[in-house]
Amino acid sequence: MLRLENCRIMNGDYAVEADLEIAAGACVAVIGPSGAGKSTLVEAVAGFLPVTRGRILWNGADLTSQPPGKRPVAMLFQDGNLFPHLTVAQNVALGLHANLRLSEAEWSQVGAALERVGLGGMGTRKPAALSGGQQSRVALARVLVQGRDILLLDEPFAALGPALKAEMLDLVSDLARESGATVLMVSHDPNDARRIADQVVLVAEGRAHPPQATAELLDNPPPALQAYLGTA
Amino acid sequence: MKHLAFAAGLLGASAAFAETPELTVYTYDSFVSDWGPGPAVEKAFEEVCGCDLKLVGAGDGAALLARVKLEGERSDADVVLGLDTNLTAAAKETGLFAEHSVSADFALPVDWNDATFVPYDWGYFAFVHNADAAAPADFKALAASDMKIVIQDPRSSTPGLGLLLWVKAAYGDEAPEIWKGLSDNVVTVTKGWSEAYGMFLEGEADMVLSYTTSPAYHLIAEEDGSKAAAAFDEGHYMQVEVAGKLANSDQPELADQFLAFMVSDAFQSIIPTTNWMYPAVTPEGGLPEGFETLIAPEKSLLLSETEAAEVRDAALGEWLDALSQ
Amino acid sequence: MVAALILGTLGAVALRAEAGTGFGASDWAALRFTLTQAGLSALLSVGLAIPAARALARRRFTGRSLLIALLGAPFILPVIVAILGLLAVFGRAGWLSSLLGMFGLEPVQIYGLHGVVLAHVFFNLPLATRLILQGWQEIPAERFRLAAQLDAGPLAMWRLLEGPMLRRGAPGALAVVFAICLSSFAVALTLGGGPKATTIELAIYQAFRFDFDLGRAALLSGLQLLLTGAAALVALRVSAGEGFGAGLDRAVRRWDGQSALARSLDGFWIVLSAAFLLLPLAAIVLAGLPGILSLKASVWQAAGNSILVAALSTVILLGLALPMAAAAAAGRAGLTELSGILGLAASPLVIGTGLFILIYPIADPFALALPVTALVNAVMALPFAMRILVPRAREVLGRYGRLSLSLDMQGWAFVRRVYLPRMRAQTGFAAGLAAALSMGDLGVVALFADPDFATLPLQIYRLMGAYRMEAAAGAALLLLLLSMGAFWILDRGGRWHAEA
Repeated sequence: MLRLENCRIMNGDYAVEADLEIAAGACVAVIGPSGAGKSTLVEAVAGFLPVTRGRILWNGADLTSQPPGKRPVAMLFQDGNLFPHLTVAQNVALGLHANLRLSEAEWSQVGAALERVGLGGMGTRKPAALSGGQQSRVALARVLVQGRDILLLDEPFAALGPALKAEMLDLVSDLARESGATVLMVSHDPNDARRIADQVVLVAEGRAHPPQATAELLDNPPPALQAYLGTA
Repeated sequence: MKHLAFAAGLLGASAAFAETPELTVYTYDSFVSDWGPGPAVEKAFEEVCGCDLKLVGAGDGAALLARVKLEGERSDADVVLGLDTNLTAAAKETGLFAEHSVSADFALPVDWNDATFVPYDWGYFAFVHNADAAAPADFKALAASDMKIVIQDPRSSTPGLGLLLWVKAAYGDEAPEIWKGLSDNVVTVTKGWSEAYGMFLEGEADMVLSYTTSPAYHLIAEEDGSKAAAAFDEGHYMQVEVAGKLANSDQPELADQFLAFMVSDAFQSIIPTTNWMYPAVTPEGGLPEGFETLIAPEKSLLLSETEAAEVRDAALGEWLDALSQ
Repeated sequence: MVAALILGTLGAVALRAEAGTGFGASDWAALRFTLTQAGLSALLSVGLAIPAARALARRRFTGRSLLIALLGAPFILPVIVAILGLLAVFGRAGWLSSLLGMFGLEPVQIYGLHGVVLAHVFFNLPLATRLILQGWQEIPAERFRLAAQLDAGPLAMWRLLEGPMLRRGAPGALAVVFAICLSSFAVALTLGGGPKATTIELAIYQAFRFDFDLGRAALLSGLQLLLTGAAALVALRVSAGEGFGAGLDRAVRRWDGQSALARSLDGFWIVLSAAFLLLPLAAIVLAGLPGILSLKASVWQAAGNSILVAALSTVILLGLALPMAAAAAAGRAGLTELSGILGLAASPLVIGTGLFILIYPIADPFALALPVTALVNAVMALPFAMRILVPRAREVLGRYGRLSLSLDMQGWAFVRRVYLPRMRAQTGFAAGLAAALSMGDLGVVALFADPDFATLPLQIYRLMGAYRMEAAAGAALLLLLLSMGAFWILDRGGRWHAEA
């Protein structure tokens, strides 16, 4: 269980408050108006932003003061998820050992992950030689080998077309189910939430609200969400 | 910007034409600086000449000659002041200089007969040391001692060249051995006099190649009697600084007048405490107080300009060989 | 334009040459020594700059920005002042020797090849550190975040970020330092301990002054240019790899290097480089304090002149460098960068003489003293400006070029709205460096010295030549303060990431 206990997160000169729990293995969408602090919330979980009050706990263990790389968290960003000077396989291998010293077995694990995301045999290419969708798959393959408990997505597929994005979301959903990972996914598109998320965390007016069932919330949106969805 | 400055230059030039005649004297940079003889000389000459004296500084003596060579016959200069006997032969070779008509009762330790150049001051090269330390009495004693010296490179410095010729004049064919003996005393070789003298004052060396008159500066200007020049038994090499008039001068009479003024009391009395050299003609009032404390070498060494030109390259080769080991 | 200035002046000197002498054994010796000392100095300067820059890039401490500003100091000092400052610390009678003496140890033997290299490292380590530090700062914040997310340790950081960044930046820094050391003369001779430390530049001096052999001077100067050109070409070829892409100007926060070992290593490098840098500077400041209050009016006037030259020179530099950087970034990189770096190896003596030969027939050199000095100083600073501006320009054009085209934002609008604002930090750094360099440069002033237009460095030499060592030290301190001030103001004006 991921617990944000009475948290206050500072990002520059604005703050987001959160006091909520997310069940292990859940797939949760984070939605809300632009600039309300969706990214701020997940970046705090990842350890990139300081929590000035409260604690972040994973299964009872306090993560609050742990450096980003030591948390049970894998994260995909909006862009810049791959290093252009490394090959596809190397980019995936970073998820196992950032210094790229892998054993035979680990290299075959990398190969298997690439197979799993549909990029078998492309390990020696450079990212620049791949399409946008393929680059996202590489990043997902890395998340797969990282094997972390929590997966944070900060709109990594925003630049992809609708069909491709749907494909990626399904892949994320499948991978998460296979590994039992807890997913926290920032999105500005309610359809993304409906597609794969069981629950939604609404971030609005400096507050992250506790998760609610996706369909329930989207079908009967509170005023803040109504304004955002344009259904008011 | 260029155009502006260019226009300003033209304007300035035409304005000067309309007014009093202008005498342009090229000299070395330290002559024209605020602390050199330049300002006082300019004032004194302008009082008597009814002209505008323009002193132009160009590096040191060697750079000065290079400048005159570069400008050639089109040079604006009327007089060149600040060559020494190591440069006069090359200067005459250019054919740019005219003969002078100055005669004076020169106080030089050597006879002076030169139709082209008039001396205005002179000095002896010497090693300067702290007065409380014992100094060697000649080059051999220096070589045998463990005293450390800083000298200047003859390729880039006038005193450096002076030392080269000093050793050559004193020892002739024996010069290479002298340099070999000195090589372990030489802390380092500098580009110019200022670096070497500064290093000596900082305590990097026990002695520095300079002039017998250097202690006079410390004594007179700073009331500090702690510096002395070492008297060497071989004799001391001289530097004689001269001026000459350019054949293509558009102010030949003024140029003659300046050269005559140069050996007069008004000019000569300025020299000792601004250029820190001996005046070429002793002024009526004698030398300033303090100069009597300076060492007076028993023997003066000076190669003629032709001798100097002949031995220069070979002497440099010997110096390089000995100090490059 | 720059190539024309350098090659044109060289040509002018060559054409005025009388019968020249060929290349002798002593010239080969000078060439060997020049290459050895320049190579060693470049390797050591850049080699030491890497850990120092890394430490500065990932640590925040009080006085950090002051230290970074001081990094510009040794570079702009008149050579003679810097030599005396270094000797006050490392000389036979220096602080270090006195310290050793207290323990009954022998004084430091500073004179020799190692002394030359030490002095050159003193001059160039700070510059190399700044150049490389800039490389670190050009890594977008997003990349550090990704690396942190992947739990990258020191080795992985090296492999992922630092290695590729250095492969792009270090060869250029090496070439710049190599080129600077190539034309060293007074430092090499004095610290080298004698004529065995003869460099090509000294041979050029000898040709000019001792032999008045312009042909030889031009030949040697051509050789110098050739060597620099070769070094620059090698650097361009070796320096490879793509950039890190543009970031969104997030403030850089670092999550790596938090271990006690990393902290103490960084501390070690910062203290070491600061001590190496600051001790000689402290010697210069101490020497200058008694003299600075009693400086005569002419020194203050010279200081005013120097400020004027520096301002003009900075404007010219930016006028040259910003378009050149854009051209280099747009693809015509090789030639533009090459012509930029040539300015480093051109002997000031040859450029000055060449300009004099060219200008003398048409105009009064004295009337042109100010613009010529400013122009030459600007050209001398150009290579540094290019190293600073080109990588950023490449990024700006790559990232925003197409966007701007699609917005039909071209020409001046693009320059004003995108190029210049995005280049602000680098422009400030380059301008600061140019102003400081110009302030301290004696350059071609000697031949164009208008008697009434003395600059501060010239006045310092004059004071020394007139035995006024104390006043000269005071004037040197004033020069140091002015240069640092100019650098500080301009560099600050362009600061980005609010923390560089």
